[in-house]
Amino acid sequence: MVPDDARGPDEPAATARFVRPYTITAGRTKAAVDLPLEATLRLRPHDPSTDEDLAAGALRVLDLCDQRSVAEVSALASMPIGVVRVLLGDLVQQGLVRVQATITESSSKDERIELIERTLRGLRTY
Amino acid sequence: MDFAPTSAPRKAASTKIVIAGGFGVGKTTLVGAVSEIMPLRTEALVTNESEHVDDLAATPSKTTTTVAMDFGRLTLAEDLVLYLFGTPGQRRFWFMWDDLCRGAIGAIVLVDTNRLDESFSPLDYFESKGLPFIVAVNQFDGTREYELDEVASALALPAEVPIIRIDARSRESAKRALVRVTEYALLRLTQSLPVNAT
Ligand SMILES: Nc1nc2c(ncn2[C@@H]2O[C@H](COP(=O)(O)OP(=O)(O)O)[C@@H](O)[C@H]2O)c(=O)[nH]1
Ligand SMILES: [Mg+2]
Repeated sequence: MVPDDARGPDEPAATARFVRPYTITAGRTKAAVDLPLEATLRLRPHDPSTDEDLAAGALRVLDLCDQRSVAEVSALASMPIGVVRVLLGDLVQQGLVRVQATITESSSKDERIELIERTLRGLRTY
Repeated sequence: MDFAPTSAPRKAASTKIVIAGGFGVGKTTLVGAVSEIMPLRTEALVTNESEHVDDLAATPSKTTTTVAMDFGRLTLAEDLVLYLFGTPGQRRFWFMWDDLCRGAIGAIVLVDTNRLDESFSPLDYFESKGLPFIVAVNQFDGTREYELDEVASALALPAEVPIIRIDARSRESAKRALVRVTEYALLRLTQSLPVNAT
């Protein structure tokens, strides 16, 4: 995690570059389902022999994603967030992966309160 | 309340808290102090037209830059994980903040009193979005200790915004900051306090 030059680790790469990462998604940048950064993925039970139909990028993400968040999959697969979202969105649509709950725009006030209270209880004893 | 019979099992879920502040203020240090994993790094890709581009196949040579963010993970219960995202505060990264803050419990704005101005931009952002935030003054060794109300007034903080002093290297201190922002978020929600911005 040592920066490779005088730039701080938080600073974006100074040089623009071509959009090679999105070749993994055949150019698509829009995910099929909403995938918050913190959303946890779970593998659904499926027949592993069907995995060979998946492209390499999708397979890599499928292998990594169980019980991990979108952000973790991105970091561990060394793929940008946007690319991982497209790949995971496809896997969700294909029924191979499901997404666990997060706070979203459609969460009710009671749901928000319940989740924040659980977080607070967990933090106090962490 | 904990003894109430539960008809439906609780849904496994994850939540997040955002750690914002200027470069070098201690964001990654704080995340690392409480995270159960080494802080991970991920990249978001920025295209020139990130707002409206759904398909880059048509324009394969479009250039992009990347922005890095660090994050950590705290497993709070068998069915609950909290993620902490540390991200640079400058205004030019705001495009990423909407994504980062969507669904967040709240934010901690880390402040170095030697460079107060670097916290203006995140404060502006959270106020404008109505996201609950607290201010945590990261006290570096050998720097002058300002009174917290001096800092609050220098930052023109609304009276209800909590301000605390922390040591980002300390797990207990970082944990207290997380508890504080979560308590404040809950208070805001249950008392329907007015958001900071109008
Ligand atoms: N003395 C002291 N040093 C700190 C503290 N927090 C961070 N640092 C140091 O400040 C430097 C920058 O911290 P870092 O977490 O990388 O900042 P970031 O750019 O906000 O992620 C590192 O060398 C840290 O070790 C603190 O509370 N006290
Ligand atoms: Mg950092």
